[in-house]
Amino acid sequence: MKLELRGITKRFGALVANNNISLTVESGEIHALLGENGAGKSTLMNVLYGLYIAEEGEILLDDVAQKFAGPGDAMNAGIGMVHQHFMLVPVFTVAENVVLGHEQTTFGGRLDLGAARAKVREISDRFGFDIDPDALIEDLPVGVQQRVEIIKALSQDARVLVFDEPTAVLTPQETDELMIIMRQLAESGTSIVFITHKLREVREVADRITVIRLGTVVGEASPTATNAELASLMVGRAVELTVHKNAPELRGTALSVRNLSVIDARNQVVVNNVSFDVQAGEVLAIAGVQGNGQTELTEALMGLQQHVTGSIELDGKPLRGYSVRHILDSGVGFVPEDRTEDGLIADFSIAENLMLDRSSGAPFVKGGNLQLAFRAKFAAEKITEFDIRSQGSEMEAGRLSGGNQQKVVLARELSRDLRLFVAAQPTRGLDVGSIEFVHTRIIETRDSGIPVIVVSTELDEVVALADRIAVMYRGEIVGIVPGNTPRATLGLMMAGEHSPQTEAAL
Amino acid sequence: MSTIAQSPAPLEASAPIVKPMPQIRSWKIPITFGGFALGALFLFVALGRGQQGELSTFRLSQARDAIQLPNVALPTFATGIFVAIVLVLLAVLSAWLVYRRTKISIIFSIVFALLFLIGFLAWAASGSTIPVPGLLIGTVTLSAPLIFGALGGVLSERAGVVNVAIESQLLAGAFSSAVVASVTGNPYLGLIAAMVAGALVSMVLAAFALKYLVDQVIVGVVLNVLVVGLTSFLYSQVLAPSANLNSPDVFPRLDIPLLSEIPIIGPVLFRQTIIVYVMYFAIAIVFFSLFRTKWGLRVRAVGEHPQAADTVGINVNRTRFVAVTLGGVVSGFGGAYFTLGAVGAFNKEMTNGMGYIALAAVIFGQWHPIKATLAALLFGFATNLQNVLGIIGSPVPSEFMLMLPYVVTIFAVAGFVGRSRAPAADGRPYIK
Repeated sequence: MKLELRGITKRFGALVANNNISLTVESGEIHALLGENGAGKSTLMNVLYGLYIAEEGEILLDDVAQKFAGPGDAMNAGIGMVHQHFMLVPVFTVAENVVLGHEQTTFGGRLDLGAARAKVREISDRFGFDIDPDALIEDLPVGVQQRVEIIKALSQDARVLVFDEPTAVLTPQETDELMIIMRQLAESGTSIVFITHKLREVREVADRITVIRLGTVVGEASPTATNAELASLMVGRAVELTVHKNAPELRGTALSVRNLSVIDARNQVVVNNVSFDVQAGEVLAIAGVQGNGQTELTEALMGLQQHVTGSIELDGKPLRGYSVRHILDSGVGFVPEDRTEDGLIADFSIAENLMLDRSSGAPFVKGGNLQLAFRAKFAAEKITEFDIRSQGSEMEAGRLSGGNQQKVVLARELSRDLRLFVAAQPTRGLDVGSIEFVHTRIIETRDSGIPVIVVSTELDEVVALADRIAVMYRGEIVGIVPGNTPRATLGLMMAGEHSPQTEAAL
Repeated sequence: MSTIAQSPAPLEASAPIVKPMPQIRSWKIPITFGGFALGALFLFVALGRGQQGELSTFRLSQARDAIQLPNVALPTFATGIFVAIVLVLLAVLSAWLVYRRTKISIIFSIVFALLFLIGFLAWAASGSTIPVPGLLIGTVTLSAPLIFGALGGVLSERAGVVNVAIESQLLAGAFSSAVVASVTGNPYLGLIAAMVAGALVSMVLAAFALKYLVDQVIVGVVLNVLVVGLTSFLYSQVLAPSANLNSPDVFPRLDIPLLSEIPIIGPVLFRQTIIVYVMYFAIAIVFFSLFRTKWGLRVRAVGEHPQAADTVGINVNRTRFVAVTLGGVVSGFGGAYFTLGAVGAFNKEMTNGMGYIALAAVIFGQWHPIKATLAALLFGFATNLQNVLGIIGSPVPSEFMLMLPYVVTIFAVAGFVGRSRAPAADGRPYIK
């Protein structure tokens, strides 16, 4: 089915999210929509899917103008969407999720789940997905959940499929598999709109590329364009795609973790007998697919996990079993994985967020009183130093863009006197410019002689930052390898295969 | 479809592996059991010494039963000692099981609770007779409004709207059923009026919660207070001066032929009023519609993940509105029990906090209609036990007995049930 968008304009108050955007996707074509976070890609797709109504412009399917009042209309017209945050009910089965909204019933209004299961099996066999229709969504890995989303769209005979940042949660292998699936779908005549900000994927799979910046189409490119060309088109200026760093200046072991195990609230061993050292002045990257124990490992380091065994020593002093306060006071800086949940309080101002973990004494609090003048001065300094784009230090942190929120977290943690810096997913969901900034800061921290642990599921980030790489799989460290290890080897290790170099590096 | 070049390999689950060995021991159950076992030793053995030689009689049949079961007489003190010793042994066994990291099954807990109950009844009824059928009949009867309230709560909360207003739905149902049944002389019209009243109250809740996005707990509490005030005002201004507005016919108990002759079960379940018979159907219908129908799937979807429901073309707020309103219909019907099923007249604040107990049953019953019903029955049993023991003149102080339903609630939630998980979007309005 041919999809055409003509002159779409969508405003939110004074903000123009989409300005006169036109786009054509031919039948069986994979059309990549490239742009930074906040460029207006998702708004455009929500207009296409009927979630938003555009002020101007029209949507044409096979040259027939459409009017969508809601997602139901768009679906009936043959548009399916694979959302970035999966639209699946976690406590329902695969079959229940697939039929939701289009249920067939038998006598007495009974739900006909048999037909739903058959449909799931049929589509899943067609693409070799191997999905159990009766599995609960919450028990499935994210990669499989995404396939359920695809099945859900296909079960409604979608002939235009929109993938909204589909690779954000996937491993390199899962990403490769998704690319194969997208090719298969295109070959079967489905038109695909692929929204992303990752350049490599675009060049790999797209037939045509449209680049959006600040709500406007800034150009079209062919998949043969170089990364640098695409990046500069997307950001509007030349961008550094690699992090410049010198060889690490090692200053002796600072953090030593031995036989660390974590059992979570559901009685599962999520970190299993993990041992590693980090030297002052190096970056140890912890790579691995989401959900293999990295989160729990960093939380154990911070004292946030309840059932931890083994030992954690920083500069020879034990940390395990102490309160979070004690660990913070020992000089551990922490950038949590989910900055909106754990890193910031959205309703607090930037200044308040900047002193969040320092409320226990001077210089921010004296005699039980907040030192507001000091705090204002401190916040103003940090806003300049970390280039936090805001309307002043009293602006609510929740109103900042993702990149600026992360700068607030970084500013708070790095302004303390650190002995160890732990950054979990420090650039997740950030735009290219902010990623550059965060990476530079992390390397500066390393060079000032602080041991750094970076947890990341993005192979690009791991390779860019790491001096050594520890790969986690099912709660264990598969191996610790040098920073220049080839991607293919890392990919295999992330799937649980041991590397021959592992033993040497330990 | 064209040929497929290559099929991706199935993904391997990256979920952590479950290892049986180093599990966390939870001492909650042994500690609870230990507490009860010590209580049993104190009550049945230390305090029970004065009961030596006395008998506790359990009467299993009513006078009009076709099949008469003999009375069971237990020597009070000997039973007490036996039960206390077994309870101590079971508590020790549970501690050993936890030490060995073996899972303690729910059956174990039920056996423990039943044993304690038998010991307690024997102790409390020393020298007198406990009418077992009467105790259980009253349990079902007293549970009826709780069960209706809990079912209404389940319907509403499964759709994602916290229903603190069960109390006001019951009270509105009680009031309007009394008035309409008195004026028309037809108690069945009273039942319909009760449903309408419950629906109206829940529509106010739904409108404020869904349309105006007011905090649902606050709306619920305000409604409870409002309906108390409104019905009390109307009662003293309108009902009290003219008695013919407040004298509805009470539904008689109907015996179901044959079924009511089954020993013990028959009288308990099948010699009840029409309100209780409707309750059996209501439980089945709520369960069936929530878990076996298209409508139920959609209701649960909007309660768990409203955005997902929206993206497949389900109108979230309309689905919620309907579910909350139906919840009010069910709760309101339960309110008719107070006037048409029991007392025969409306009194000020006659629901007396039952709506809050029903809300506790919803949570204790893990937002599931059957489990919530069982929870409501437990509260009903505790309430009726207090009545029965009061009548036979047991040694337990009446003030202590008044606490019983609530003590049972706390221990049941803390000791015998695991953590319960609410619908994910419960209490959160859906804003696009």
